[in-house]
Amino acid sequence: MLKVQRATIDNNEVLIEGERNLLELIRKANIDLPTFCYHSEISVYGACRMCMVEVEGRGIVPACSTPAVNGMVVHTNTRQIRNMRKLIVELMLANHDQNCTTCPKSGECRLQKIACQLGVDKVRFKQAEKLAPKDLSSDAIVRDPNKCVQCGDCVRVCQEIQSVGVLDFAHRGAHAKVIPSFDKGLGEVECVNCGQCVKVCPVGALTPKHQINEVWEAIHDKNKVVAVQIAPAVRVALGEYFGYKSGTTITGQTVTALRMMGFNHIYDTCFAADFTVIEEGNEFLSRFEKNERLPQFTSCCPAWVKFAEQYYPDMLTNLSSCKSPQQMFGALCKDMLAKELRIPRENLVVVSIMPCTAKKFEANREEFRVNGNKDVDYVLTSQELALMIKESGIKFDRLEPGSFDLPFGFKTGAGVIFGSSGGVSEAVLRYAADTAGKGSITEFSHLRSDGDIIIETVTIGDIKLRLAIVSGLGKARQLIDKIRRGEEHFDLVEVMACSGGCVNGGGQPVAESKTTVQTRAKSLYDNDKMLQFHNSKDNPYLQKIYNEDLSRPKAHQLLHTHYSNRKRISGEDFILSSKSGQKKLTLTVCFGTSCFLRGAPELYSQLTEYVKRSGLEEETEFKVSFCREKCEKGPVLLINDEVIERCTIDKAIKGIEEALQNMPRQAAEEASAAKESTKA
Amino acid sequence: MCPELAVRISLEERRKHFLDSMKQYKGRVVICAGTGCVANGSLDVYARFQEVIQEKGLKVAVTLKKEKADFIISESGCQGFCQMGPLVTIYPQGILYTKVKAEDVEEIVEKTLLSGELIERLLYHSPDDHKASADTKHIPFYEKQQRTVLKLCGNIDAQDIDEYIANEGYMMAQKAFHTLSPEEVCELILRSGLRGRGGAGFPTGRKWEATRLQQNDVKYIICNGDEGDPGAFMDRCVMEGNPHSVLEGMIIAARAVGATEGFVYVRTEYPLAVERLKVAIDDARKAGVLGKNIFGSGQSFDIHVMEGAGAFVCGEETALIASMEGKRGMPTPKPPFPAEAGLFGKPTVINNVETLASIPIIMQMGPEEYAAYGTSTSKGTKTFALTGHVANTGLIEVPFGATLREIVQGIGGGVTNDDGSLCGADFKAVQIGGPSGGCLTREHLDMPLDYEHLANVGAMVGSGGLVVMNNQTCMVSIARFFMQFTQNESCGKCVPCREGTKQMLALLDDILEGRATGETLDLLEELAQAVKIGSLCGLGKTAPNPVLSTLRYFREEYNAHVFDKRCPVGRCTALLDFAIEAAKCKSCSLCAKKCPVEAISGEKGQPYRIDTEKCIRCGVCADSCKFGAISRG
Repeated sequence: MLKVQRATIDNNEVLIEGERNLLELIRKANIDLPTFCYHSEISVYGACRMCMVEVEGRGIVPACSTPAVNGMVVHTNTRQIRNMRKLIVELMLANHDQNCTTCPKSGECRLQKIACQLGVDKVRFKQAEKLAPKDLSSDAIVRDPNKCVQCGDCVRVCQEIQSVGVLDFAHRGAHAKVIPSFDKGLGEVECVNCGQCVKVCPVGALTPKHQINEVWEAIHDKNKVVAVQIAPAVRVALGEYFGYKSGTTITGQTVTALRMMGFNHIYDTCFAADFTVIEEGNEFLSRFEKNERLPQFTSCCPAWVKFAEQYYPDMLTNLSSCKSPQQMFGALCKDMLAKELRIPRENLVVVSIMPCTAKKFEANREEFRVNGNKDVDYVLTSQELALMIKESGIKFDRLEPGSFDLPFGFKTGAGVIFGSSGGVSEAVLRYAADTAGKGSITEFSHLRSDGDIIIETVTIGDIKLRLAIVSGLGKARQLIDKIRRGEEHFDLVEVMACSGGCVNGGGQPVAESKTTVQTRAKSLYDNDKMLQFHNSKDNPYLQKIYNEDLSRPKAHQLLHTHYSNRKRISGEDFILSSKSGQKKLTLTVCFGTSCFLRGAPELYSQLTEYVKRSGLEEETEFKVSFCREKCEKGPVLLINDEVIERCTIDKAIKGIEEALQNMPRQAAEEASAAKESTKA
Repeated sequence: MCPELAVRISLEERRKHFLDSMKQYKGRVVICAGTGCVANGSLDVYARFQEVIQEKGLKVAVTLKKEKADFIISESGCQGFCQMGPLVTIYPQGILYTKVKAEDVEEIVEKTLLSGELIERLLYHSPDDHKASADTKHIPFYEKQQRTVLKLCGNIDAQDIDEYIANEGYMMAQKAFHTLSPEEVCELILRSGLRGRGGAGFPTGRKWEATRLQQNDVKYIICNGDEGDPGAFMDRCVMEGNPHSVLEGMIIAARAVGATEGFVYVRTEYPLAVERLKVAIDDARKAGVLGKNIFGSGQSFDIHVMEGAGAFVCGEETALIASMEGKRGMPTPKPPFPAEAGLFGKPTVINNVETLASIPIIMQMGPEEYAAYGTSTSKGTKTFALTGHVANTGLIEVPFGATLREIVQGIGGGVTNDDGSLCGADFKAVQIGGPSGGCLTREHLDMPLDYEHLANVGAMVGSGGLVVMNNQTCMVSIARFFMQFTQNESCGKCVPCREGTKQMLALLDDILEGRATGETLDLLEELAQAVKIGSLCGLGKTAPNPVLSTLRYFREEYNAHVFDKRCPVGRCTALLDFAIEAAKCKSCSLCAKKCPVEAISGEKGQPYRIDTEKCIRCGVCADSCKFGAISRG
């Protein structure tokens, strides 16, 4: 039998029950030790030094990286520790832009909260004066370096959970800072806009890019009609901003608040989700029947879509061509409502309220515009909507629930569960099972995930489907790599970028624990139960629209999209100059890192000069390739297909001359071969 | 033949062959090619020797034992006495010539090499009594040292494995594999009392034992050669002067813990060390002491050189490992310790260069004899880089327990003025252990130097930098200098180190520039304590040491800066107040002409005046005044 292990924490005996470290044990003992850099789901970092405690016999140690050991006697509030904690907060504040009142994070900021909690009443150190410019390059996220406390949470969540890694530390000492590579803007790097960094950032260094003012302007504009859609995951989280317990559904109150604020038409994204189910379900059934482009990947998550475009461009054909519910809604609404109201498309403003920062990026994509006019004009996160409600002075908790407008406000339960990981698959399966004539199955509850990968074989009649449900892009990458290596085979794969799905999105209220996210998801399934229909095809308004307004081509135009390769370094060569003359010579310079450092740029400029000098300009095509994997032997030049390693300009010229000498012969051979073939 | 025997025979044969072939030479000239001597032109001296010997119609060999010749000349690693370089030693007599120039070579060849005469002027002369010493035995700089790790450094040709083998090299690695079990090797090292020479002083044997006990097929040995302290060059000299001793130490460590691969992490600013290590590794592979199935044991062990980009923090073991793994060089919290999960998560021994170079010596001497050197808690010898205001700067090695007086007065030859002249008893302090260490003062002159004594007085052995300071030194400025260094080199990970060192620097600037109050001092002290306790790694934990120890021993200097706005040694320009004494001023206008900011004005016949608003306190006026009319205040 295992011996019972105990530790004494601030004079209380506490059982050690497999806690990963002393910090978790202390928190279990009901002591809220403050931290900036500790998150149970990412690696222990040990940098903020706020969790220092005194262990008898060992002195002062950081609780986060100290294992809890039997018999440990711990003090969390000695004079020395209290003073040090305060001093650390002072140090952080001295390097922090303290314009708190104008900070989007004010009231939610952990630095503010801890400073207040510890009674830090004065900063005795020299305040950092020079402010760095904010990074506004991203559609989704604003990065304010002046607020950063360098806890590294964003760096680790992006690397460890999402496997994207767009942020990291640069420079040393007082100049150390967290930046995207080469200090570029977040909008210029491989950020997928998932907002998980925003979610973990304890301060206002990473915040959603607000569009509150733009939305107010549209509401105030007498010439504009403003329609708004609310995503499923918002209704079970927004209440947290107004003192409701997590998971409380406040759909009706939200509708009332939106009406009070002046939105003209209040609709539900779940309605569009029902369309997604039908379109994606049909697409899947057709692919499954023909056994082509499987597995089919879902495409409702814009962060996942960008991720796939960047890292798996060759698999883009496997993505469902369906637009996300947000964009289906925008397309349908702009098309049908504008006609119905007899107003020009430009005068109809579509706003969406989303749990997600990536939706802001999605709405800005070129594919989702008609003559430059966006299908969805503005995207507000849950956080922004809460701010707007508060600004309006609305006493949210006193509101009577209101109802959505029709027809875009009517939904089935299948549309509601989109907000949780596993929901899309379940909704599609409900439809597919029914359509394939295998009877109506209303629940696939074993597909509901709170962040873990679910792999299931589902039997519908005599059809066996192999499904995978994954949330969190790091896990998605592992799964896809397995598929690519041929270790796994699936028919349908649902990917959500945020662990647990949209309920845990980057625009949601900060979830203190995983339970919060789980409760939100559970509420969505409860909502589903309470609704009249559970299969999207039973939505009467949807049937009506399909029958009356949507021809097949039009449905395709409004509800489907395409993707583009965003891979930066691809296997394909970049053509730098392609001349009109009869091409004799193709020069490909490798610009991979190693060749670059070994002088590829100089070689390239010398070559262009040589080509110009020798009058070969019209005959030469210049290409740049990325990494020929001969890094040790760089720079590498290809003359037509001839590889020249450790290339110098002299070697290159010699090679070019040889190639040109061989050319006429080759050309003659080709010509005679061509002649012979015509004869034959 | 079994491979075990093959290696044994080949080592012994090589040793014999080397010694035999050395007998053919009439003499040998060893020219120090350490950094100091090279900077002073020792390579020209080397080239000139070759020329001159050949001009005389004699044959000279440059590669040991391979050529028939009359004389042989070779380069050695640092011989330590950098102040007197370039150093040339003539064997068999062992005559040491100092400050040798290329012009002297002809005379040396003619007189010493061919006729055995001494050249008086090239010998070392004691600055006290001007007595000449013909060899190192009678030079106080060498006489008072105990050169063990450095013993071979200045004598042998670093690039010749045979000379290392001829000096018992690789015999101890062989012994570890043939006659000792891994446990016995760990136990032997533990018994010798060897503690890590990188600064923290953790018992090496315990580190090895902890790694040995880990169950894992893959284990690593890392040699930490990322020496980064300003003014410290001990590890560099060992790697450049005797790279095989480091490799042998690593091979013995590999035996002790069952490691399969080793890495020497050297900063890229040490190109010569990198080059020599690579040559040494290559030779060791050819000799069969590295590679597959070494010493017929069935165990394979190979070593690679890894170049670090020169971040000070990468000397910290977890940051070094991160850097080797291709990550940003930032420390990670311990546990896990490298012995459990080090490089790529595998059990790893990580030892400093000097520690590893001590291993074969300990085995040669036997642990008990080695432990006879030093004090009760600190065994053996320690190298120091002796610099600053001292007559004999250079690389030294003394047993633990030697006193500061022995080092500064005896080996160092006394404290000097700023211009290098001896100034007698004007010792003020030494900074020991580099930017992580603390200062020792006159009261510590007779304290035995070892890990514990130094820690008790707020300093540390560190990697062994020893900077001597005369009484013209401002201790507050010194503290600021080291603070600036650690602030620049902080990786920026943990708050106390990143923000704390920055604020400490700002507070020190306030003190040095006359903006400080009593609160500044209190805050500086409080902050220094918090950084010391709260930081994540050794860099941060020791960064406040220079401030804390100067506060402890030179409080009155801080007080003078803070309360009197005065630097007691007149070095802090911001606190100076230049004024012209009217009585002495001859209104010659020289000062006004020299002043770079036109802060001085006056008329003929009237005393000149300094506009203190404009004055930048450069001191040019005071230096130029012929009448001593300008006071510094």
